[in-house]
Amino acid sequence: MTATNVNLLGLTREVYKGLPTTLCAGCGHNSITNHLIKALYEYGVAPHMLAKMSGIGCSSKTPAYFVEQAHGFNGVHGRMPSAATGAKLANRELMVLGISGDGDTASIGLGQFCHMVRRNVDVTYIVENNGCYGLTKGQFSATADLGSTLKTGKVNEYETIDVCGLAIELGGTFVARSFSGDGKQLIPLLQAAFSHRGTAVLDIISPCVTFNDHDGSTKSYAYVKEHEHILQTPDFIPHQKEISVDYEPGTVQDIVFHDGSRVLLRKLATDYDATDRVGALKEIHSGRSRGEIVTGLLYVDTRASDLCEKEKLSLRPLAQMGESDLRISRDEFAKLMT
Amino acid sequence: MASQGRHTNDLTIRVATVNGSGSQSSNLVLANAIFRLGIPVAPKNVFPSNIEGLPTWFDVRLSPEGYQCRSREVDVLVGLNAATWDSDVAGVKPGGAIVHESAFPVFGPLKRDDVTFYPVPFNELAKKHFEQGSLRKYLVNMVYVGVLAHLLDIPLDAIETAVRGQFKTKPKAVETNMSAVRLGADYARENLPKRDPYRLAPMEGLTEKLIFMDGNRAAALGCLMGGCTVAAWYPITPSSSLCESFISLCERHRIDPATGEKKFAIVQAEDELAALGMVFGATWAGARAMTSTSGPGLSLMAEFAGLGYYAELPGVIFDVQRAGPSTGLPTRTMQGDVAFAYTLSHGDTRHIVLLPATVEEAYEFGMHAFDLADRFQTPVFVLSDLDLGMNIWMTPPLKYPEKGFDRGKVLGAKELALLESWGRYRDVDHDGIPYRTLPGTEHEDAGFFTRGTGHDEEALYSEQPETFKNNLDRLVRKHATARAAVPAPIADESGKAVAILAYGTTHHAVVEAREQLRAQGLEVDYLRVRGLPFAPAVGDFIERHERVYVVEQNRDGQLYGLLRNELPADLIGRLHSIRHYNGVPIDAAAISEPLRDEERLSTAVTA
Repeated sequence: MTATNVNLLGLTREVYKGLPTTLCAGCGHNSITNHLIKALYEYGVAPHMLAKMSGIGCSSKTPAYFVEQAHGFNGVHGRMPSAATGAKLANRELMVLGISGDGDTASIGLGQFCHMVRRNVDVTYIVENNGCYGLTKGQFSATADLGSTLKTGKVNEYETIDVCGLAIELGGTFVARSFSGDGKQLIPLLQAAFSHRGTAVLDIISPCVTFNDHDGSTKSYAYVKEHEHILQTPDFIPHQKEISVDYEPGTVQDIVFHDGSRVLLRKLATDYDATDRVGALKEIHSGRSRGEIVTGLLYVDTRASDLCEKEKLSLRPLAQMGESDLRISRDEFAKLMT
Repeated sequence: MASQGRHTNDLTIRVATVNGSGSQSSNLVLANAIFRLGIPVAPKNVFPSNIEGLPTWFDVRLSPEGYQCRSREVDVLVGLNAATWDSDVAGVKPGGAIVHESAFPVFGPLKRDDVTFYPVPFNELAKKHFEQGSLRKYLVNMVYVGVLAHLLDIPLDAIETAVRGQFKTKPKAVETNMSAVRLGADYARENLPKRDPYRLAPMEGLTEKLIFMDGNRAAALGCLMGGCTVAAWYPITPSSSLCESFISLCERHRIDPATGEKKFAIVQAEDELAALGMVFGATWAGARAMTSTSGPGLSLMAEFAGLGYYAELPGVIFDVQRAGPSTGLPTRTMQGDVAFAYTLSHGDTRHIVLLPATVEEAYEFGMHAFDLADRFQTPVFVLSDLDLGMNIWMTPPLKYPEKGFDRGKVLGAKELALLESWGRYRDVDHDGIPYRTLPGTEHEDAGFFTRGTGHDEEALYSEQPETFKNNLDRLVRKHATARAAVPAPIADESGKAVAILAYGTTHHAVVEAREQLRAQGLEVDYLRVRGLPFAPAVGDFIERHERVYVVEQNRDGQLYGLLRNELPADLIGRLHSIRHYNGVPIDAAAISEPLRDEERLSTAVTA
């Protein structure tokens, strides 16, 4: 056995794989699944402590395609945030990973998405965003850009819902946008999201090869490649590693998470500050007005407390408590019967 | 008791006030003082969906028999609401008494010679004796307590004990309130010669061992003792006080005094969809979880209820029913959700439904629901109603549980290590109930994919016709297993041809209706259903009777319909339906009168 074939838990990458995908060949979601497998493997997530949650739609099928040993919860359309919230409250030691889509998050599940973000539930929440409804054959979703077209030529007359802008507005504490085809950016962002305590929203543009990869779409492979505006190159440094990194002052933003792990954001074109909430909103808006897709870690606040902390929840998972923890004594009970 | 006339300890006092006028404390003092005299009482609050300004009534029914249902008749009225004064006066039965604000008119159409009017200048007294301020309007209410105390022979020390109980946390308020009570009593002694026949006399052996409690608090105690740790809710009348009681119980008893750490998580959700989603997320991850709601919330929960049924997730849903459809009457009562709850969600769905009738059952079923949910891995609905949930009832003290939790069929890492293989939806024990594992179980075979899509025994997605059908059939077997596990029906029978079948709070009216019928020479047997699916004993009972009157508080005879669906064809004709659905709790005459009329017809036909 060579050390290079296992992660820090001694598990092979094979363990992080799932059932074969049933999505279309070339689907962006499959790339995301592969990046997730690598990110989870490298991060060293214990399969039995991973809770894979999803709603309904193409995106929501993907939890079946990675870490087969882990428990999965494929619920109802747009309601994954509530189930994820319940799971986290019941067992705060679980690592909750939610996979949603743009229909699931921005339309039917918009309310639950908003409330999960404002409660800062400790969930890694991925939106596999292709701007259309794939399983029902290509209708517009609410993240389709104004003026973009369907395969049939039909033009979207309605304003887009930007899930990143929305999440930041709602007090989101980790908001990133990436592209399914950019593993180099996505994998460290995913790992940073795993380390973040609170809701980590990752809006991943993930082209639908079957229904939304044509001219006129702003979620096609070609459009994203041409119009992506990358803010930073992220490097994730797990807390176990003592790494000293040399960089020119002012060229890197160093974000430290509560568990000691870090993400180093190598700044590219602009001097972007990922801890500036208003600046992040401005960047999203100005990017959109230029017709660009701004990617990178848009905003992060590592000091905010998550739902479990706000609720002063017992460190010992509620799910492990029994009669002696939860029932009151006979004397206390008798006092209530007067 | 024989020496006491039927006007002694046998009356209904109605207090008619304006919502927000602060009459609740004085009403509770009155009910408590009477209860402390040993006289059984049944307080019923009829209130508006409003914070301030609309009419509200508080009835205290007294009866030596201890009847707990509403009475149709008002014997003694306290009229303090000008807006309802006309109809309030009209509602008093002949021979009754009316204590009222003396400024209200008692002439013209309001003049009644068959009742006694006791005018009291409440506002004038208040102005004269109480300082201007927010307290004044509350103290006016205590004045009527004093007037009634004098007129009905309630000793002032009984009132004082009740006032002390009411203002436990505010000892200063006791003397202020008692001065108002004495003011009323003195005024009555000096100005109101007794002209009505009603009086109270202390009784023994009836109420000493009882306490007062509302059903929502009892259900919350059930959650506490049932080991519920996660609750998610959306405020809705009449269920809000259930979750609020649970919150206060948890804050008092489930916070580590040393660390401040909580052994509970209660989330006020964005809506009822999310509330039930949080419940299922929590139970999937191994906690016991509940939500409390009422009809409109139940409608929103239909989607998740189907997932709970099909993916087999435990969860407890308290539905404190109110009058529907739609927003309906939010502050009035109904048993209108029974059929809906039983089959909540699309496709073929059947749930376990518990039907508590008393405060004790609100507690015991509330607690037991968590065991049933875990045992059957399915949503369990506890259908209370506004009458049980929000009114105060006399009840024996609730019993401390002697049994531990039944967590059902959960496989841990140790059990998995002994198994060659396991399937999440395999019916190993032939009872329809499969085994489950929890996230966090450290074994490579523990994980499975919970899904609302078609699945096989290994929880894998499947569109195979046989697989799909077999799974639905297994769910029917599981539901059938539950017939013996839900609270068994309670029969009170002695071989009569005619019977009443009822459930929930209708029970209290049935008790009195049977006495009314007995007095008229018609004795009927009685079966009280306490859960769904129907136990086999329900069909057996119907088989032993020629005619069974199914009594319920909804328009469409919902349980009657469920019985007709499930009974053998030859028994269906034995069922008759009696329904009450005006939003106020059912009274005995609403049962005895239609039953007697229909019996006359049946016997006339057979003769």
